[in-house]
Amino acid sequence: MPEPILELQQVSVHFRRGRVLLRAVEDISFQLGLGDVLCLVGESGSGKTTLGKVVAGLLRPTVGVVRYRGQDVWRLDSGAFRRFRRAVQIVHQDPYASLNPIRTVVDTLVPPLLHHRIARNRSDAIERAARLLELVDLVPPEQFLPKYPHQLSGGQRQRVSIARALTVQPELIVADEATSMVDVSIRVSLLNTLRRLREELGVAFLFITHDLAMAKYFAWQGRIAVLYLGRVVELGPTPSVIGDPLHPYTQALLAALPEPDPDLTRRKSKLLLRSLDIPSLAHLPSGCPFHPRCLRFVSGLCDVERPSLRFVDAHRSVACHVVVQERAAGDLPPSSQEAATRRADERMPFERG
Amino acid sequence: MSAEAVVVRHRRYPLRQLAAWLRDLLRHDKVGFLGVLGILFFVGLALFGPIVVPEPGKPDVTKIYQPPSLEHPLGTDYEGRDVLAQVLRGGRSLIVVAVLAALLSTVIAITFGALAAYLGGTVDSLTGLVTDVILTIPQFPLLVVLSAFVKLDRPWLLAVLIGLLSWPTLLRAVRAQVLSLKEREYVEAARALGLSTFHILFREILPNMAPYIVMSFTIGVTSAIYAQVGLYFLGLAPLAGENWGIMLNLAWVRGAIFFKDSVLYILSPILAIALLQLSLVTAARSLEGLFNPRLRES
Repeated sequence: MPEPILELQQVSVHFRRGRVLLRAVEDISFQLGLGDVLCLVGESGSGKTTLGKVVAGLLRPTVGVVRYRGQDVWRLDSGAFRRFRRAVQIVHQDPYASLNPIRTVVDTLVPPLLHHRIARNRSDAIERAARLLELVDLVPPEQFLPKYPHQLSGGQRQRVSIARALTVQPELIVADEATSMVDVSIRVSLLNTLRRLREELGVAFLFITHDLAMAKYFAWQGRIAVLYLGRVVELGPTPSVIGDPLHPYTQALLAALPEPDPDLTRRKSKLLLRSLDIPSLAHLPSGCPFHPRCLRFVSGLCDVERPSLRFVDAHRSVACHVVVQERAAGDLPPSSQEAATRRADERMPFERG
Repeated sequence: MSAEAVVVRHRRYPLRQLAAWLRDLLRHDKVGFLGVLGILFFVGLALFGPIVVPEPGKPDVTKIYQPPSLEHPLGTDYEGRDVLAQVLRGGRSLIVVAVLAALLSTVIAITFGALAAYLGGTVDSLTGLVTDVILTIPQFPLLVVLSAFVKLDRPWLLAVLIGLLSWPTLLRAVRAQVLSLKEREYVEAARALGLSTFHILFREILPNMAPYIVMSFTIGVTSAIYAQVGLYFLGLAPLAGENWGIMLNLAWVRGAIFFKDSVLYILSPILAIALLQLSLVTAARSLEGLFNPRLRES
């Protein structure tokens, strides 16, 4: 694996609400290389957006280290920190809030181009802004440059947001639910635009979504991390996580996806949960945070000891006592499992062992 | 056509925008339009009144408290000078001082309010403390007390005093608005783009508050006018020169209220002040349309 651009090491984010401590993100580690795609999937409140802000350098983690090209970003001097900020851009969820209502598309795109001396002068900046609009399929760009956000549709605004992120030639884009608030009819074409950017410009993506179908469509060549109450419960290559989910929570999420075939939906619509209530972040259950809802709950184990994220094969890791035990007992003898883990450590060292 | 040419063609020139706004007011908001006309009239009066209108004449005991006539359309005052000339010339110092005071207090409020909200921490607590202290002191009585110590014979001194006392309410409002605006996603995006704090505060956040700021500025002008008139009426500022406040004071002190021919003498400065304030308030209400791109579409 080439040198990662961004690395998170045991990152936790805690918020204080009066006397209550909210553990929004707990002990998360992963790496992103050039052109990588990592999908963060989870329900609302699972810490996806918080994690996205940490990656974009907008939020300082309470515990843990964020490394950009090997250096701790919160110990960088201001110039190096700005270079990191520039390398990681964020595209927000709400296309109606992410653009300044009093600035035209030109006014939005030109300042970063001039500020970072990417453009030589104003007319060069406008020319570059037009090329960026073409890149995100807003053609002809001349038609969009003088427009105010309220004169654009939701999908067009989202494309302007993406163009704005591209002004500073980022290496990684955090797409925080970037497609979930536009019409379904536009969503796929927006996703295709993003995918083309990844292929043509080699931009890495941290794609945050609550929609597994979206993740499947966008990140088939990449990885998926399933988040539950601020923790990664399963991480692995997209095809295997979707095709053969290991963690009971991932299985439940996939079971909740509607199928286009109604017969299929009826057959599979068994609820794979013991309870529908998501525990509050302020009062996390003991042991595995998923145990009150889990079908495979083992009393005395799951409600006592918190499972850590463990490799079950070369590429996949799961935070579940039951699955890890099953795998250890069934598939591989313990020694070769260890070897596999070590091999994986060399290649994808996002595991903490 | 090149991209730049298109952008240049669509550029919004401030004067053209102002003209479009006035046209729009004339069509949809007659009261606001009248308010703007009123402001223009009074600003013109302040600028040219003392130049164009001749002095109200030398004191002349034979002409005191005369009723309106062709020679003196609003009558004469306690020492026989023309009232109309005094009214037309008497707006300048009030308006200039009020604008200076409002400018000063708005600049203080915006700069420190925005910085306090955006930077937070110690800066915020410190400005909060100072603001609260100034806010708890009743302003007009303080002005009265101060005028006993400071000789308010220079207009700019009066403007600075009023300006230094009247920023706290606006500062709080600006701080609250910036606190809410800085959480907007476009501000977060600007931070991620590495744009400077100056750009974020003054190009992204504050323009969104422009209508509110200009509105507060006009309200600031009105309260500065009332503060001055109050000081002059109570005789706490030196009665040198000529303005509507001094006219009111003299009319009151020299007993003009006892002469029925002097009704217009007393009423004319009051009416001038009231009309000026009315124009300011009605125009302020219509300012939104000048700044909101949604509203200025036609």
